[in-house]
Amino acid sequence: MARQAVRQANRSDVRKHEGFLQHGGYRWLWIALALCAVSIAAYLMIDAEPRPRGGTIYGYTLGTIGALLIGWLSLFGIRKRAITTGVYSLKAWLSAHVYLGVSLLVIGTLHAGFHFGWNVHTLAYALMVFVIVSGMFGAAAYAVLPKELSANRGETTQRQWLETIRSLDALLRDAAQPLDRTEADAVRLSTEQTTIGGSFLNRLSGQYPGCGNSRAISEISRLGRGGTSPHAAALDLVDSLLKRKQATLDQARRHIRLRTILEMWLYIHVPVTFALLAALTAHIVSVFFYW
Amino acid sequence: MADKVRIAIVGSGPAGLSAAAHAAKIGVSHVLLEKTDHLSDTIYSYQKKKYVMATPTQLVLRADLDFEAGYRETILDVWNKGIADGGVNVRYNAEVKGVSGEKGDFTLTLTNGDKVQAETIILSIGTQGNPNLMRCPGGDLPHVQYQLADPGAYIDEHIFIIGAGDAGIENALGLAADPAQANVVSIVNRSADFSRAKDANVTNLMAARDAGRVSTYTEASPAKVEGGWITLEIPDGETRLKCDRIIARLGSSPPRKFVESLGIEFTSDSRDAYPKLSPNFETTAPGVYVIGALAGYPLIKHCMNQGHDVVEYINGNVTLAPADEPILAQKLAHLPGGLPVAAWLEFLREKVEILNGLSPLQMREFLIDSEVRFYRADEVIFERNSIGSSLFGIASGSVKVEINAANPAITVPISAGSIFGEVGLISGRRRGSTIRASEDTIVIEIPRNAALKLMASVKEARDTVNRITTERTVLQIFGSGLTAHDVADVLAKSEVKEIKPGEAIIREGDESYDIYIVRRGSMVVEREIGGKPVFLNYIPAGQWAGEVSLVEGGKRNATVRAAIRSEVIKLDGDLFRILLNRKPELVARLRAEMSTRRRINEYIDKEKDKFSGVLDYYTSVAKFLVDQGVGEATDVLLIDERLCVGCDNCEKACADAHDGLSRLDREAGRTYANLHVPTSCRHCEHPHCMTDCPPNAIHRGPDGEVFIDNTCIGCGNCQRFCPYGVIRMDKPPPKKPGLASWLLFGMGPGPGEPDKAWKEANAKAGDGSHKQAIKCDMCSGIKGGPACVRACPTGAAIRVSPENFLSVALLDRGRE
Repeated sequence: MARQAVRQANRSDVRKHEGFLQHGGYRWLWIALALCAVSIAAYLMIDAEPRPRGGTIYGYTLGTIGALLIGWLSLFGIRKRAITTGVYSLKAWLSAHVYLGVSLLVIGTLHAGFHFGWNVHTLAYALMVFVIVSGMFGAAAYAVLPKELSANRGETTQRQWLETIRSLDALLRDAAQPLDRTEADAVRLSTEQTTIGGSFLNRLSGQYPGCGNSRAISEISRLGRGGTSPHAAALDLVDSLLKRKQATLDQARRHIRLRTILEMWLYIHVPVTFALLAALTAHIVSVFFYW
Repeated sequence: MADKVRIAIVGSGPAGLSAAAHAAKIGVSHVLLEKTDHLSDTIYSYQKKKYVMATPTQLVLRADLDFEAGYRETILDVWNKGIADGGVNVRYNAEVKGVSGEKGDFTLTLTNGDKVQAETIILSIGTQGNPNLMRCPGGDLPHVQYQLADPGAYIDEHIFIIGAGDAGIENALGLAADPAQANVVSIVNRSADFSRAKDANVTNLMAARDAGRVSTYTEASPAKVEGGWITLEIPDGETRLKCDRIIARLGSSPPRKFVESLGIEFTSDSRDAYPKLSPNFETTAPGVYVIGALAGYPLIKHCMNQGHDVVEYINGNVTLAPADEPILAQKLAHLPGGLPVAAWLEFLREKVEILNGLSPLQMREFLIDSEVRFYRADEVIFERNSIGSSLFGIASGSVKVEINAANPAITVPISAGSIFGEVGLISGRRRGSTIRASEDTIVIEIPRNAALKLMASVKEARDTVNRITTERTVLQIFGSGLTAHDVADVLAKSEVKEIKPGEAIIREGDESYDIYIVRRGSMVVEREIGGKPVFLNYIPAGQWAGEVSLVEGGKRNATVRAAIRSEVIKLDGDLFRILLNRKPELVARLRAEMSTRRRINEYIDKEKDKFSGVLDYYTSVAKFLVDQGVGEATDVLLIDERLCVGCDNCEKACADAHDGLSRLDREAGRTYANLHVPTSCRHCEHPHCMTDCPPNAIHRGPDGEVFIDNTCIGCGNCQRFCPYGVIRMDKPPPKKPGLASWLLFGMGPGPGEPDKAWKEANAKAGDGSHKQAIKCDMCSGIKGGPACVRACPTGAAIRVSPENFLSVALLDRGRE
């Protein structure tokens, strides 16, 4: 109905709901490919003397395009944080950022004319490649990991996991009351020596070799269970609580691991970008001053 | 027995206090009867340090007691002092049980047996009523209380909460919140589940129970109370438990019964009805006056003014103009004719059919909420597809409705006395046609809340609106060439039916062929395939169901059931077929509309063997979304978890677009098949939050957004009414340094909502701002639209309307 059509026009078109890689029917992928194709074709057709390098007209053109792109791409961090009014879509920006950023590999290499050395120019190139590769890792992570993150999270939230672990700890302390000293010490391993996040390596690998809770579980099973005495029942209860805690810990740690991967590349991507901007400035200044 | 007084004032809320203060000032003999041992119990029971507002700001206060916005404590101090200094005759612990006698000679009997004689009575007892009491033995012991003012006041006690409604659960959680208080808190629920309370409260209670902070007793009731102990009846017998304090939250019984026992008539049987009153607040029982919330005025300033006025009236000053006179005069000043306020009120009341049943007093209040507008010939009153839910009544002149969008020359007239705009009011959807004035016209525009109140309290108004709505809905949706005369027979036998959520109006395989128009709410269409119901379609308000069997005969090919509480207009199939025979163009129109639905049907038929996974997905996601309230939404934020990286840029954008407060909790909320419904406003067609907003601060804006304006008094009603928990009470944080200062120099907390520590550290002393209700306004007025969607880097955040999303879009998604 006409009424519906108007309502639909007032919001983003749901039927074309796309992620940042598909945005606009891969608009920015095509633009980036076209840019690369034109650059390569021109490179092959222009017969630079004595050999292709940054100092030719074509080289300057590519260099200017590359420098402008680098400048623009590094503004993404500001675009992301500045919530301005007006019609813009951060998704479109990210799409362009990814595809144009990758195209810089081609533009930068052609600009250098495959000519590398131990100097500030190649340093800038190397830093650029480093930034781009880290970015490609990030884009791949963004494309793949959210599904896993969502599947692991189910309907629970981080805050709920922490609450669950805290309440299981309270229950464990109560349940450990009837136990004897060595058994109670095993439970204390869980309540006092379990870290959820841990070091960067723990977070990234998802491995927690010294985890207090796993140690508590193996201690309790080593100390032996079974039988029907009240003491055995108390041990059973502790064991089941420890295993529930382990399940929650595992879930939380998988979440932390995925989040770590989703975030860690930025700790390379962004600082190296600043190094790149410095090297790029040195490159441009040196080229123009020491022609 | 005391001497007879001129005025007995029952209830010492703002209205009663003000009346008593004025009576004392002008030397009229009086007594103020208060059932508790303190004044103004409702405000007394507010939580500590609650900020009380003084709206409407344009209304002058003419009471003898001071009142301005401030903390509960300050206000109570001022009143207590005013009452003491003014020499008011107050009797505490004086609850009125019954009244006998007549004007000039009333006898009020108190619960303690005392009698008070008075010439007139002012009832200012509010609408809270009395809390239902514990009926078991020992229920009257002093450690049984019916309110909890400060959960922090009790330490190291065994406390039982009786009653598991929202109030009970909130009290239990409050008492158990701080483990340092070391309270042992238990809650006793008469039924097996906690269905009476809001989901968020139940979830929190369950979490508290699992964490061992609160014990719950279900299918239990108190059997006996003794000092230090309580005996509960539980499913397998009785149990005696240690108990230092009992907080009974058993609901309250409204005061209507008591009021009616005095011979006072109400305007209708509706639960929202108020007593019938004269312009001087006199009820149908001569000599008994009703003011304040019981008279339908929930705001403190109104109440206090009425207290002053009613004493003046009783004292013989019947010509006193009410305090709202200047406001009304200003409202009416722009109209041609220059009549006095009273004459305008009478003119509108007489001319507009649905207002005929109002008293002059109701008219006054009504006009404060409404606007009277004057339009020259051919001026547009509203446009097709604009958002609006107000109702218009034509006082003089006439209007024309452009029923055909393609040809504005085709119009239908509506004459003086009638109404228009009722479809938006009933269905909560956009305006169906453009309406212009045919000649110079005066209309009264009645906002949604006032219109609903009117329909609830005046039966004639309700019937008129229903009759006109049904006729117009039928004409509008079946459109072309039909006149009221054509459909008269069909309408005569039409019925408006209320449908419960999940109830079916049409069942697959039935032989019926009636046709249904969804008047409010929404429906889902399902078909049984392979023994399982498969979701086919979603029908929003303003569309219809059941046309296939009607036009083509045969059994029903699908089941249609209500997604939420809905209202349908049922049109008789036989009569409608006669109409179809007479009007072949109507058949063509129905067939055209059927084709879209048939496409989905055929698609599903074709795919059902190959893609049963897709159909399962489609059905289960549709069901999930409807369960999450998407069925009553107009615009809802969804997060595609296949794309969400959890950066929370949506929340940060929300905060930065709105004074530093986010109206969105991305992580909270339910998820199903990678679709996440975050805690964020759905902009319901019939917003629950609007149910009881004392200053009427919640509106629907031009783009369909439901927003709260800054006349919000921070009472928290909307937060309690919202079933989705999307409203928060907070005050804006201090202004933070700009983005550049943060990026370059690390100044301030950075993008997004500042954390609590920063807010506190940077709060300005003496900052007068207070907590107000905060919710999503769909970034209204911000160019570019909702910031959450614009700021999502991966495209995970989308805003959808249910009728678009619950269709092919979802099927396509399932196939990916």
